[in-house]
Amino acid sequence: MAEIFRLENVTKVYKNDKIEFTALKNINLSITEGEVFGIIGMSGAGKSTLVRTLNRLEEVSEGSVSFYGRNLSELPPSEIRKVRRQIAMIFQSFNLLSQRSVISNVMQPLKIAGIPRSDRKKKALEMLKVVGLEDKKHQFPSRLSGGQKQRVAIARALASDPKVLLCDEATSALDPKITGEILELLKEINETRNLTIVIITHEMSVVEKICDRVAIIDEGNLAEVGEVKEIFRNPKSESARKLVFPSNPFDPSSSDSRLIRVAFDGLSAGRPFIADLVEKTGKKVNILCANTKSVGGVGYGQMVMELPKDKEDQEIVIDFFKSSGLSVQEVERT
Amino acid sequence: MSEYIIEAIKTGIFETLQMTFFASIFAYIAGLPIGILLYATDKGRILSNRPVNFVVGLIVNITRSLPFLILLVLLIPFTRFVTGSSIGTTASIVPLTIGAIPIVARMVESSLNEVSPGIIEAAASMGASPLYIIIHFILPEATPSLLFGGAINIATVLGYSAMAGVIGGGGLGAIALQYGYYRYQKEVLWTTVTLLVIMVMVIQEGGNLISKKTRK
Repeated sequence: MAEIFRLENVTKVYKNDKIEFTALKNINLSITEGEVFGIIGMSGAGKSTLVRTLNRLEEVSEGSVSFYGRNLSELPPSEIRKVRRQIAMIFQSFNLLSQRSVISNVMQPLKIAGIPRSDRKKKALEMLKVVGLEDKKHQFPSRLSGGQKQRVAIARALASDPKVLLCDEATSALDPKITGEILELLKEINETRNLTIVIITHEMSVVEKICDRVAIIDEGNLAEVGEVKEIFRNPKSESARKLVFPSNPFDPSSSDSRLIRVAFDGLSAGRPFIADLVEKTGKKVNILCANTKSVGGVGYGQMVMELPKDKEDQEIVIDFFKSSGLSVQEVERT
Repeated sequence: MSEYIIEAIKTGIFETLQMTFFASIFAYIAGLPIGILLYATDKGRILSNRPVNFVVGLIVNITRSLPFLILLVLLIPFTRFVTGSSIGTTASIVPLTIGAIPIVARMVESSLNEVSPGIIEAAASMGASPLYIIIHFILPEATPSLLFGGAINIATVLGYSAMAGVIGGGGLGAIALQYGYYRYQKEVLWTTVTLLVIMVMVIQEGGNLISKKTRK
């Protein structure tokens, strides 16, 4: 698969009244055609700045962003506008024209591209069909719900047949049910139209649901990048652990006990590990948290447990899980 | 009131409307682009340009801070140059227009400032040029607010038009001044004032209504 974006040593520094703020530090990334790529981080981590360097809504201070091998910083304004027609974007606040009807909103990018009126209308209707809102074509955005507005925004984004869709916190203003529906729609579009999607979010659940790969941004740094499954199984960076580990386990019985997190995937989910542990080793663990979720279409689960007091017992338990092919990480006490 | 006065008031109404109408149109022809320029060249906007914004802003502020009555007098040579006379309804349109341009410009700027930056960002992400963004995104989004501001501006011009009576302009203002003030005919004064109040109200309420109707 061809490489769609390549970021090399991307650094972004904002200068405001002589105060410098580094929003991005030395980011190196590559995004491949056809994938759903997530960029996750806390608010203020720089992920919104990062996604805006992809269509040069933000200029980079150092380094380069290439789109199909063309360095965006070197393109003149007229060329960058042509490139932007291939890089569609949707937003947290939808950003539809409130004074224009749904269909007129969807036709905007086609109008910008200079496509004749009759063709614009045909294409816009086709796109509204994809998002399931043909019957709302003459409505105005203020009459639509949040989910419907985002669907219109998606139809508008797709109208110009882009190569890639950038989603800037596209589901953050929506409730969990509608978020699920929008993510499903995005996944479907990714699969049926082979559209590359870049998703910015602060919610791990969004990444788990539809992303193939994910980059974790922490205070302007790229903390970790890799397959979502791999990062879920074995998060290496501190920020990845924070995002992946359950945030609300029970309090352990003792304040100095050792905690571990065990992750299991669809292949091993059928086995009764805890029962096996007790049966084979005679050691007991205290489960503080356990949950399962679907990550990239495969069932995943994780447990946080408190180990026995004895050091040797602890090693026996960890060895048991490791030899069963599960990934084990220490959980730091906070 | 005598037959003569009633005739004069009728003519006055017509002249006032005439002055307000033409001065407003001319003020918008010049003020709308200036307002757009002020908006677009401001810090962080699509055509951000400090020097242009500063110079245009300065000129607007200076013209706006001159009391209208002083402006009327200052502009007499210019008015004579443009219309061939410095008195009468047509002549009044010149200072009225000049006086209204900076007000219109600031009002337009304020309306455009209300447009969400997200809309502009979305337009830019679609590959629209700055001019396209102004014409097809910013102006349509600001239309209800522009219409609302328009009503305020027209009502202001109408108020100013009454002042033009002082230096020989026509309209209800002149009648109020000549008959009501100089001759102390109270009923003429009150009639013209009432008519002016009604006219301002009709313009303002009509403008509000149209603005609300267009807001989707």
